[in-house]
Amino acid sequence: MRDGVFQARTSRRGLLSSSALVLLLGAGSASARIISDGLPWSPGTATPPVPVRPGPWLFFTAEEAALVEAAVDRLIPPDDRGPGARDAGCAVFIDRQLAGPYGRSAGLYMQPPFMPGAATQGYQMPDTPATRYRGGLKALADHVKAAFAGKSFAELSAPDQDKVLAGLESGSIALPGVGGAQFFALLLENTREGFFADPIYGGNRDMVGWKLIGFPGARYDYRDWVERHNEPYPLPPVSIMGRPEWEER
Amino acid sequence: MPRKLPRKDVVIIGLGWTGSILGYELAKAGLDVVAIERGPWRDTATDFPPASAQDELRYAVRLDLFLRPDQETLTFRNNASQTALPIRNFVSFLPGNGVGGAGVHWNGQTWRFLPTDFRLRSHLEERYGKDALPSDMTIQDWPLSYDDLEPYYDRFEKLCGTSGKAGNIRGIKQLGGNPFEGWRSSEYPTPPLKQGYGATLFAEAARKTGHNPFPQPASNLSEAYVNPLGIKLGQCTYCGFCERFGCGNYSKASPQTCVLPALLRFPNFTAQTESEVTKINLDSAGKRATGVTYVDTSGQEWEQPANIVLVCAFALFNVRLMLLSGIGKPYDAQAGQGVVGRNYAYQTTSSVGLILKDKVLNPFIATGSHGMMIDDYNGDNFDHSGLGFVGGGYMGFGQTNARPIQTRPVPAGTPKWGAQWKKATAETYQRACSLATHGSSYSYKDCYLDLDPTYTDRLGRPLMRMTFDFHENELKMSAFLTDRLAEIARTMDPVELVALPRKGPYTLTAYQTTHNTGGTVMGADPGTSVVNRYCQSWDVHNVFVPGGASVFPQNHGYNPTDTVGALAYWTADAIRDRYLRNPGPLV
Ligand SMILES: Cc1cc2nc3c(=O)[nH]c(=O)nc-3n(C[C@H](O)[C@H](O)[C@H](O)COP(=O)(O)OP(=O)(O)OC[C@H]3O[C@@H](n4cnc5c(N)ncnc54)[C@H](O)[C@@H]3O)c2cc1C
Ligand code: SF4
Repeated sequence: MRDGVFQARTSRRGLLSSSALVLLLGAGSASARIISDGLPWSPGTATPPVPVRPGPWLFFTAEEAALVEAAVDRLIPPDDRGPGARDAGCAVFIDRQLAGPYGRSAGLYMQPPFMPGAATQGYQMPDTPATRYRGGLKALADHVKAAFAGKSFAELSAPDQDKVLAGLESGSIALPGVGGAQFFALLLENTREGFFADPIYGGNRDMVGWKLIGFPGARYDYRDWVERHNEPYPLPPVSIMGRPEWEER
Repeated sequence: MPRKLPRKDVVIIGLGWTGSILGYELAKAGLDVVAIERGPWRDTATDFPPASAQDELRYAVRLDLFLRPDQETLTFRNNASQTALPIRNFVSFLPGNGVGGAGVHWNGQTWRFLPTDFRLRSHLEERYGKDALPSDMTIQDWPLSYDDLEPYYDRFEKLCGTSGKAGNIRGIKQLGGNPFEGWRSSEYPTPPLKQGYGATLFAEAARKTGHNPFPQPASNLSEAYVNPLGIKLGQCTYCGFCERFGCGNYSKASPQTCVLPALLRFPNFTAQTESEVTKINLDSAGKRATGVTYVDTSGQEWEQPANIVLVCAFALFNVRLMLLSGIGKPYDAQAGQGVVGRNYAYQTTSSVGLILKDKVLNPFIATGSHGMMIDDYNGDNFDHSGLGFVGGGYMGFGQTNARPIQTRPVPAGTPKWGAQWKKATAETYQRACSLATHGSSYSYKDCYLDLDPTYTDRLGRPLMRMTFDFHENELKMSAFLTDRLAEIARTMDPVELVALPRKGPYTLTAYQTTHNTGGTVMGADPGTSVVNRYCQSWDVHNVFVPGGASVFPQNHGYNPTDTVGALAYWTADAIRDRYLRNPGPLV
């Protein structure tokens, strides 16, 4: 496993041990830093990405997960070109994102007053992605139950699932309190992120998203191919974790 | 109560492009210098090594290296009749944070302004008459000329090792370069980058239609280079993870790759990170700065006394610091008085999307400043008589990447999801490309920056409020430029062409550029400028805003940083050679 490599390299930047680096404040207060007499670099202090681990859902309930898995597989369906979003791991991707900083809008400006503005002023609601999913999935499940004689979204036929999704997209299914079209847009955006992001985040399993379009992924050197005009790039994609066949077995 | 630190000769607010250049020049001159930076230390080997730098989700989508709005943001409205609301998530522009500033994750497109840009108002009035300019347009001449700045452009480009082909060396036209550019004292430090297929097809089309294509000047290096500070940069690998990313190959010019290793060797230079300057302190008469106050991440306040204060915090935050510190008279748009916050401007960009027939473009092979450009429609390089607008921009094929979360074109009319979308996505990716125009944004009476009456930052200080919209002049210019570009593109025989000229109103919801300009404008008249021709405050002579784009009187049809870097060197010389000898107003 290459996971170990990433783990070993994960150490807090606050622990930089270079002698060039002196903490300004009294003992124990790592709240500012003075740097002088050379670069404060010491090896092994990066904050590399932490790969998503398989395992139980971290954010979704089992019912929510079933709905999301069914929905993403209609947004990006399996076909003769390759797997759809479910098998690509997009629901896992979204689950891990919602359980992390993205889900709680970490880093965004969340101070009141919240007021609806002009479209040009950008997103102005207090709801985080996690709250939007929680409310949106509940409202969607309720809608489907009422409209399809008690069935869940996952139990619907593919054409019926598509009808529901199209209704959300167009706004004809409103999802009270959440906004059907807004929730649909968020789900679609996150599904595409999962399908095309590096596999370390749980989606794009086996780099299926990249293979679909011919993107070589995390390769970093194309000097020999810049001027090979109109010739397909010959090498298969790699992820930040490498390729499956590079793993020890 | 702030705790007081020992006095320094110079305190620099922000350690990005301008801060690191000023730090190096003044430390070299023997001054005791401290740079205070609000974000973390960043280094190639630890923060964006080639093992994990190429992560689109983390860097391009979740914006890992950028300023977080919960630390500092702005409020925005299109015009004074609206209530400004906070930018809760940066999208339209993406300010930097941390050592290196936006220099870490810029593209590297390295353009000089035109000689006529520096005397914009005079030039346009001479050629088209005084009535040609809209009455609310507040463009003005720069207080220095292209000739004044040329040696400093040259210095910044040599610092970066910029790759390109000169079009004009000391007045002699050079084949293959930009025939419209101002004179250069020498050839670019490194030859142009190699070009991919799309750029080559565009260049052929441009030539066929009577234009003058040339390689975009790039601080993404075509070959290894040792800069005048003795620092070695590597060859760019066309990795396609460039703007929004740090470069893992030491190939993109940045404070990290061009300045910091040499700067940190001076024993008389210190960098202080994770410390945000909240205020420039003034003496009781308000005529001299006594230093700055900053707050560290524990909330402790510190006072750093200094003889000279350099405001190097990026265009927008330069303006906010001046407003919060009460240096210069704040601009009042209603009364048309005051200067700080006046003449905020931006960039007017547009695009032409193409899908070509049976082509393999390998669009992911790219750099942050790839491509072939034409400058035939920039500034006043073409006759504006009867066109109903002034200004212009460069344009061409400059696609910087095809990272698939954000770049996945499909033919117009394709559904946004489902089987058809998937098929179209797979079939279009290799054949699609995007051409762009990069147009000027002139300044207006009603486009400005001031302090917001409602929203505050985490320390309780008012956010800065931006009031900005595109004006008819800029929208007409964009329509004209986009038409010209589409005409050229049509000769590339596309199966589909979608021309998207810039339309109003200006919106925060789509990335355009991080080329925010104005607000502490430089000028010859204290009535219409905040700093003089040496980027020195008219009101407080030991405060300088050494080159951040906040000093631009308006924005021209190019990216700002070559001019920002040149002005940083220009100011450093003025401080070292003139101000230190005789501290006081230089004008
Ligand atoms: C995605 C992107 C692409 C770009 N591409 C190009 C391009 O191709 N060509 C081009 O010409 N330009 C480009 N730019 C713009 C370019 O990066 C800037 O012009 C340049 O970095 C400006 O230099 P500066 O010193 O003014 O600001 P910066 O380099 O941003 O440095 C300012 C520093 O000050 C710090 N700071 C701010 N406030 C405080 C405070 N209160 N206390 C302490 N520290 C503070 C910031 O954290 C930052 O580190 C791009 C910018 C972005 C974001
Ligand atoms: S494109 Fe070149 S300069 Fe840009 S990040 Fe990649 S290697 Fe560095």
